[in-house]
Amino acid sequence: MEILYLLIPLAIIMAAVAIAAFIFSVKSGQYDDLEGPGHRILMDDDDPLIPEYKPKSRRLKKKK
Amino acid sequence: MTVQIEPGRCFHCGEKIPPDIDLSVEIQGERQPMCCHGCKAVAQAIVDNHLEDFYAHRTDPAATPEALIPDALRELEVFDNPSVQQSFVHQKVGDLREASLILEGIVCAACVWLNERHVNQLPGVRSFHVNYSTHRAQVTWDNSQIKLSQILQAITEIGYHAHPFDPGRLEAMHKRERQLAIRRIGVAGVGAMQVMMMAVALYLGDYEGMQLDIRNLLRWASMIVAFPVVVYSAQSFFISAWRDLRHFRVGMDVPVSLAIGTAYIASVWATITGTGEVYFDSVTMFTFFLLLGRLLEMTARHKAGQVADELVKLIPATAHRRIGNQLEAVAVADLAVGDEVVIKPGEPVPADGLVREGHSSVNEALLTGESMPRGKHPGDSLIGGTLNIESPLIMEVQQLGQDTVLAGISRLLERAQEEKPQVAELANRVASWFVAALLVVAAGVYFYWYQVQPENAFWITLSVLVITCPCALSLATPVALTAATGALTSEGVLTTRGHALETLAKATDMIFDKTGTLTYGQLRLARIEVYADSDGPQCHRIAAGLEQHSEHPIALALREGVTPLPITLPVAEVGRGVTGRYEHAEFRIGNLDYIRAWHPEFSGNVSHSSEVYLATHAAVLAAFVLEDRVREEAQVAIRDLQSQGLAVHLLSGDAPLAVAQVARELGIAEYHAGLLPDEKLNYLRALQARGHVVAMVGDGVNDAPVLAGAQVSIAMGEGAQLAQASADMVLLSENLDAVPVSVRQARATMKIIRQNLLWAIGYNLVALPLAAVGYVAPWMAAIGMSGSSILVVLNALRLRGGRLPHSDEQVTATRQRVPV
Repeated sequence: MEILYLLIPLAIIMAAVAIAAFIFSVKSGQYDDLEGPGHRILMDDDDPLIPEYKPKSRRLKKKK
Repeated sequence: MTVQIEPGRCFHCGEKIPPDIDLSVEIQGERQPMCCHGCKAVAQAIVDNHLEDFYAHRTDPAATPEALIPDALRELEVFDNPSVQQSFVHQKVGDLREASLILEGIVCAACVWLNERHVNQLPGVRSFHVNYSTHRAQVTWDNSQIKLSQILQAITEIGYHAHPFDPGRLEAMHKRERQLAIRRIGVAGVGAMQVMMMAVALYLGDYEGMQLDIRNLLRWASMIVAFPVVVYSAQSFFISAWRDLRHFRVGMDVPVSLAIGTAYIASVWATITGTGEVYFDSVTMFTFFLLLGRLLEMTARHKAGQVADELVKLIPATAHRRIGNQLEAVAVADLAVGDEVVIKPGEPVPADGLVREGHSSVNEALLTGESMPRGKHPGDSLIGGTLNIESPLIMEVQQLGQDTVLAGISRLLERAQEEKPQVAELANRVASWFVAALLVVAAGVYFYWYQVQPENAFWITLSVLVITCPCALSLATPVALTAATGALTSEGVLTTRGHALETLAKATDMIFDKTGTLTYGQLRLARIEVYADSDGPQCHRIAAGLEQHSEHPIALALREGVTPLPITLPVAEVGRGVTGRYEHAEFRIGNLDYIRAWHPEFSGNVSHSSEVYLATHAAVLAAFVLEDRVREEAQVAIRDLQSQGLAVHLLSGDAPLAVAQVARELGIAEYHAGLLPDEKLNYLRALQARGHVVAMVGDGVNDAPVLAGAQVSIAMGEGAQLAQASADMVLLSENLDAVPVSVRQARATMKIIRQNLLWAIGYNLVALPLAAVGYVAPWMAAIGMSGSSILVVLNALRLRGGRLPHSDEQVTATRQRVPV
C-alpha cells in the first residue's frame, strides 16, 4: 500500500493542473458564450482549403 | 435542420411575396424568389461574397431587411467622428481600435456565421467575434485601412443592423461576476471529485479496517484538496454571512457558512490529532451544489438586466441638426438644448422637445402603451425614443440625456428594483431563528458534557452540530427553486429573481394590461361593412391603394393580404385621411370627420373600435372596422387562472368601450379603462393595502413602474425592454398559457419546499436529542446529514420531471416555439 504515498500526491498535483487549466479557459473567455460554439461546428468553414471556392477578398488579404 | 421555405414566400425572409412583385436571385444554381428589393439586395450581397452556405445552415428565415437608402448609409459616417467614437471605441496600439456592437436581426446560429465570415474578410478587420447568447459583437480593426462606418455598412449589406454601444460599468461587472462564479464552481467541482474519491476509500476503511498511516494519508490529502474549496469557492458565503451579521441580520448564508466552517475546522482538528471523524466530502459537495444553483439564478438575472442596457437603442445615435437651411448629421450626444433637429418619417425622436414646424403623428406606444399614434402639431411636446410616422417634423431640443422622460423612467425603475427583495427575506428569517435555536442548544450540550465528561464534550457537541447541520434546511429552498426555474425556462418563462415563484404561489390577484398583453398590440382588419351596392373586395383594394405610402398602423392593417390598385395623385392629411384618384373618380379614406367634409349628413357607425370609411363624392362606400385582436389563448388562460382561485383584473390606458369589450370577451368582471401609469399604480397599492398579494402581467414601458410595484411581475417577451427589466419573470414564448402554468408550477414548488423544510426540521428534532445524550457517533451523524440532504435534493428534482402541469384545455392548444 506504500504506493499510495506516491499516487495520492500525484492525484493532488493533477487536480491542481486541472484547476489551472480550467481557470485559464475561463480567463480566455471560453465560458462567455455557452450556446454559439455548439453550432459553429455545424457550419462548413473548410472551403478556403479547396482552391476554387476561395473567396476573392480572402485571397487579396493574403497577398497583401 | 435547414429551414424550408414554402412556395410563394420569400427565400430570404419567408414573408409572403406580394402578387405584383417579381424579383429573384440565383442562389447555388437555382433562381429563388424574393419579396422586396431589400431582401434581393441582401441575398445578392451574400451570394457575391461566396457566403451561400448561410442558406444551407440557417434554422430560421432571416429578418426582413429594409431597402438600402443611401441616406441611411451616409448617416453611419457619423460614427467615424473621433468625438463620437470617444464614448464607445477603445484605442489600442497604433491604429488598432476596438468597439462593442449590438447586433440586430440575429435569429439563428447561421446568422452568427454569416456575420463573422463577411466582416472578417474585409481588409483591415483584425477580428470580429459574435456572442450568440447576447447578440453582442466585438470588433478590432486597423483604422488606417478601414473605417468603422465601412464595417457597419458591410453588416447592413447582409441585412443586419449594428449599433456601437458602450459596454459600460454594469456589463463589465456582470462579466467579472460570472467569470468569478464559474471559476469558483470549477475549483469546487474538481475539489469535490477528488475528495469524494478519497472519501470512498475512507468509508471502506471504516468498515473493513485500514492501516492507521494510510488513513491519515487520505485524511491529510483530503484536507489539502478541500482547503481551496473552502477558502476560495465558499468565500462568497462567508463574505455575505459576515455582511449579514454586521447588520444584525441572520440570512441563509450564516448557517451555510457555519456548516462549512465548523465542519471543515472540526475535520482539520480530527486530521491533525488523528482522532474523530472527517467531513471533507460533505463540505466540498455542499459548496459545489450551492454554487451551481446560484450561478443559474445569476445567469437568468443578467440576461434580463442586459435588456435594460439595450434601452439606449430607443434613443437613436444620430440626429439631423438644422442650421439655417443646411442639414448636418450629428451624434445625439453632441446636441445642445435649443438646437433644431429634423425628424424624418420612420425615425425615432432623438431627445425631448417641442414641435416647431410640421404636422405628423408619432407612435408613443413605448411610453404610453397606446397602440394608435398621436397627432403632433407645432407647439406639441415630443418625447425622446418615440417614433415619427407620417411626415417630417422640426423639433426644438429641450431636454437631453439624463433629463429626458426616458431616463427618468429608468431611474424610477432602478429604485423600485432595489426596494423589492425585502418580501423574500421573510422566509430566511424563519430559518435563521431555527439556526439560532440550534446554536444555543449546541452550546448548552457542550456546557453540560464539559461538566460530566470533559474528554467527550467536543465530539458530542460536534455530532450535535453536524447532525443538525442546516445543510438540508438551507438546500431545501434553493434546490427546489432551481429545479422549478429550469423547468419553467424550457416552457419559455424566464425567472429573473429568486423570490418570484414563492410570491407567485401566494398571489391572490392578478392584474393584466390590455394592449400587447391580452391582445396582440397590432391593429387588424376585423371586417368590412359595405354600404349600398358597392363591391367589398374592390373597396378593399382601393383602400389599400390609397394607403400605400403610409406607415400608419391603420394603413398597414388595410394593406395586409391584398393587392393595392394604382391610385394617382394621393394627398394625405395628417391624422385624418387620404384622397386620391382611381379611374377618373376621386376617392377618399379617413376618419368620420374627414368623410363628413364630403357627406355632412353621414353619421357613421357608433361602435367601440377604430373605423375608417371609404367614400366618393357621390356616396360612402364602405366602413373598415379595425381591431386589436385578443390573443387566441387568452380566454383559456384567464379561465384557468380564475379556476385556480385568482381574482383577475384588467387595467388599461385605452378607451372604456374597447376595454369593456375585451373584458366581456374574456370574462373579466373587474376592469378599469383610461388609466395613467400613476393611477394603475394607485389601484395596485389599494389592493395591496387590503392585504392582497398582487401579480402584474404587462408589456409596455408605461407598465414598468406598475410591474415594479407589484409583489411579483411578469412581462411579455416582445414587449418594451424596460418592462422586461423591471419584471420578475419574462414570458419569452409570448404565450399567455404559460401564466397559469407558472402559477401551478409555483404552487407545486412551494409544496415541495414545505415538504423539504418539514423533513429537514423533523429530522433535526428527532436526531438532536439522540446526539445530545451522546448516542450518535459523528460518522453516523455525517451519514444522516448527507442522507437527509440527498433526500431533499431528490424531492426537489421531482419538479423537473415530465411535462409541467397544464390544464386539460391547454393540452390541446399548440405550443409556440421558444425563441433563443
